[in-house]
Amino acid sequence: MSWIPATDADRAAMLAAVGVRSVEELFAAIPPGLRMETWDVPAGISEMAVREKLGRMSVRNDVCSTSFLGGGYYDHFIPAAVDYLTGRSEFYTAYTPYQPECSQGTLQAIYEYQSVICRLTDMEFTNASLYDGGTAVFEAAAMALRVTRRNKVVVDDSVNPLYRRMLETHAANLDIELVSGRDPADAACVIVQNPGFLGTVRDFTALGEQCHAAGALLIVSVYPVSLGMLKTPGAMGADIAVAEGQSLGLPLAFGGPYLGILATRKEHVRKMPGRIVGMTEDKEGRRGFVLTLQAREQHIRREKAMSNICSNQALCALRALVHLSLLGKHGLAEVAAACHAKAEYLKSKLGFARLLNDGPTFNEFAVQLPKNATEVASALTSQGYLAGLPLKSVGAGGDNDLLIAVTEKRTREEMDRFAAALEEVACS
Amino acid sequence: MQLIFEKCRQRRAITFDAIDVPEAVLPAELCRASLAELPELSEIDVVRHFTHLSQRNVGVDCHFYPLGSCTMKYNPKLAEAVAAYPGFSWLHPHLASLPAYHAKCQGALEVVYELERLLAEIAGMKAACIKPMAGAHGELTGVLLIAAYHRDKGHAHKDTILVPDSAHGTNPASAAIAGYKVVEVPSNSDGLTDLDKLRAAMNDNVAGIMLTCPNTHGLFETNIAEIARMAHEVDALLYYDGANLNAIVGQCRPGDLGFDVMHYNLHKTFGTPHGMGGPGSGPVGVSERLLPYLPGPRVVKRDGHFSLETPEKSIGRMTAFFGNFLIALRAYAYILHLGDAGLRDVGRMAVLNANYVLARLKDAYKPAFPATVMHECLFTASPQAEKGVHAIDIAKALIDRGYHAPTIYFPLTVKECLMIEPTETESKETLDAFCDAMIEIARLVDEDPESLRAAPRSTPVGRLDEVKAAKELNCARLSPHLA
Ligand SMILES: Cc1ncc(COP(=O)(O)O)c(C=O)c1O
Repeated sequence: MSWIPATDADRAAMLAAVGVRSVEELFAAIPPGLRMETWDVPAGISEMAVREKLGRMSVRNDVCSTSFLGGGYYDHFIPAAVDYLTGRSEFYTAYTPYQPECSQGTLQAIYEYQSVICRLTDMEFTNASLYDGGTAVFEAAAMALRVTRRNKVVVDDSVNPLYRRMLETHAANLDIELVSGRDPADAACVIVQNPGFLGTVRDFTALGEQCHAAGALLIVSVYPVSLGMLKTPGAMGADIAVAEGQSLGLPLAFGGPYLGILATRKEHVRKMPGRIVGMTEDKEGRRGFVLTLQAREQHIRREKAMSNICSNQALCALRALVHLSLLGKHGLAEVAAACHAKAEYLKSKLGFARLLNDGPTFNEFAVQLPKNATEVASALTSQGYLAGLPLKSVGAGGDNDLLIAVTEKRTREEMDRFAAALEEVACS
Repeated sequence: MQLIFEKCRQRRAITFDAIDVPEAVLPAELCRASLAELPELSEIDVVRHFTHLSQRNVGVDCHFYPLGSCTMKYNPKLAEAVAAYPGFSWLHPHLASLPAYHAKCQGALEVVYELERLLAEIAGMKAACIKPMAGAHGELTGVLLIAAYHRDKGHAHKDTILVPDSAHGTNPASAAIAGYKVVEVPSNSDGLTDLDKLRAAMNDNVAGIMLTCPNTHGLFETNIAEIARMAHEVDALLYYDGANLNAIVGQCRPGDLGFDVMHYNLHKTFGTPHGMGGPGSGPVGVSERLLPYLPGPRVVKRDGHFSLETPEKSIGRMTAFFGNFLIALRAYAYILHLGDAGLRDVGRMAVLNANYVLARLKDAYKPAFPATVMHECLFTASPQAEKGVHAIDIAKALIDRGYHAPTIYFPLTVKECLMIEPTETESKETLDAFCDAMIEIARLVDEDPESLRAAPRSTPVGRLDEVKAAKELNCARLSPHLA
């Protein structure tokens, strides 16, 4: 079982050319006492058997229930051409475009990706991707520390609690003060999210002004699909916009690979982490693309780099670009409008529950049920529903609180049936 | 080639069913002023655009791609097929957030559990955690684990991480981002970590040392036992950068060499695709003493049922869920297929191929170090540079001959470095043809250097003006109202 093409004759010829009798001799540098003898790795199995085994494992996962589960990660429609195009091996078997002349496909695609992200967020610069939404929040906070030379990071309750925990973990060994709220005094940045984790939509323009008056940066974490409708971070005066890009053509995939988006204003671009592609030309004046401003990065600046990131999520960025190109300007707006209208419809059917949002919502909202949300969600799994995220499970609400998300995939009929089932279980 | 924005003709690709519920509106002050100016094209236009872009790229499926340190081996299609199973690719991650939902994701939890067990065994570590999303993210996780260990032991004075000068840039960057002072340890003339200089740098303030083994010179650190002893004497932990694990897999194991914590690059050793720069996956492995600090939550197995638990002293969350799960799944398929014998052959063949290339090229190019190499061979193009042909010219000339260039100018310790990593999945014919091209280029250094400096000519564009790109900073087509 292997993907090694060498035959025994090849091996013999190569050993002779190297001037050794066995491959064993090539490992002579490893002190004999440190060589491995046995390990508990099973014998290989055929491609057919691997597919059988993993196929059986895959069907022990539920992807068929009618889902109202969101919590920062959403089940959106993905056009067939996204998989088809990003599955071209000229893309997915290439590496970082270190040799620009034979990587123009990657480089132009990233330039175009940077363009669509800037247009979506109304920001001026973005990078070629970070790992995911949570690490983008950390990188944005670290960037604000560099820009302001302050050490206080203020995180609003609207921010996804998982991002908050990731931020705490990544920054655990740094000399920074992490506080809750929105007070920009002495802060490097205030981090907010729109829509908030519970779904509430806000305008942070005034907060942006307060931040700037106090010398702090405003970081706004957004849900990209909502930008088909909602006011942009750029328009709110955000200094850095970050996002989990999963909703832009990436399958849920049990957590990844996803896409970390980070965009900023021109004045901060030299403090931004990650690769950036710029447009230029060759000697004959032909347009081409290269990695630029590399002096920010680890391969040049080592311990003084803006970030340690090397491998990023470039193929996921390509997916986002292809996805947005297929939806188009009006298509994204239609998806956003559908998500919003359907969520409002479902909300209107849940009169038996108390709405927890203190303002308008986009496609997700939180309700307090008459009963324990985990028990209700658990009971509904046997009826073919993933009812949503009980907020207690992520430390974002009480026992009876449930976060419900609706995407363009849900139909009126599904919502009618779900609302009835939820009422029956929650109110009986 | 035109940008996609220049091709828009107000046609649409995807259309949706009419919305089956009443329209809803949000207050105007919460909405964007105008629609985002996204490209808008018919489906065939989008398909042609990206197909044409792909044709301006090369991947491992097109060409030999001997990019040193990056391990551009063949990416098995089996792994792609498995990653496309809807039971994995459509699975919502919040099913893991709630025990009541765990019955709905048993298959995926089993993948995580089994892969972590196999990775730990392969590297001789006590446990592995697949969460970190790339090698550098694994490094950061590892350094944070080291920090948690010392914090727990009351070692507040330990503020330094030692990093050899041959280390990849991510090593010092990861240590710095985790709040450590970085001290560089020089290599000796044999290309190994200089033991005397290491001894001089080692003191009670050292929290850890990050080593790559084989190192980025392609050489096994023969003094590894002594290095481990020196580190452990001052309770500094030994970090293994697993980027080069592919060289020794099945031959020796980082855990047995004395390493306390490591990362794996699944996109190197375990054959997952590099995706034009990512996504990869950088699981961490730990020895017994770092076990209590692993990021949570972790998959555990009780009576055949998989569930999640967070270790008592966990450093917290490095990722929201299971990192780049579909990449890890590909690596799991890779390991299942190769198994014991297949994995052992990976290391053997990677090393034989590299030494074969070294043997064929050592008369035409000057090896950076005299020794037998492991999985990659390094040359210095200094002699060629004296004649006016630099490593970059050799790289571009190779592109014209149908090869991706080797890694150049890395590691920083070797002048005019050419770093060639053939990997185990290339045939002798391919290596021979590549070596022939390299030898021809070496000849042209004397006979026609100008042709090399003018390369590449076969590509859609020639060498690009990087200064202009940085000066003009044209990095996006902005919205008309911002442009
Ligand atoms: C030796 C070495 N260490 C670390 C890394 C970083 O790994 P990643 O790109 O997955 O973050 C690399 C990547 O090229 C490497 O070659």
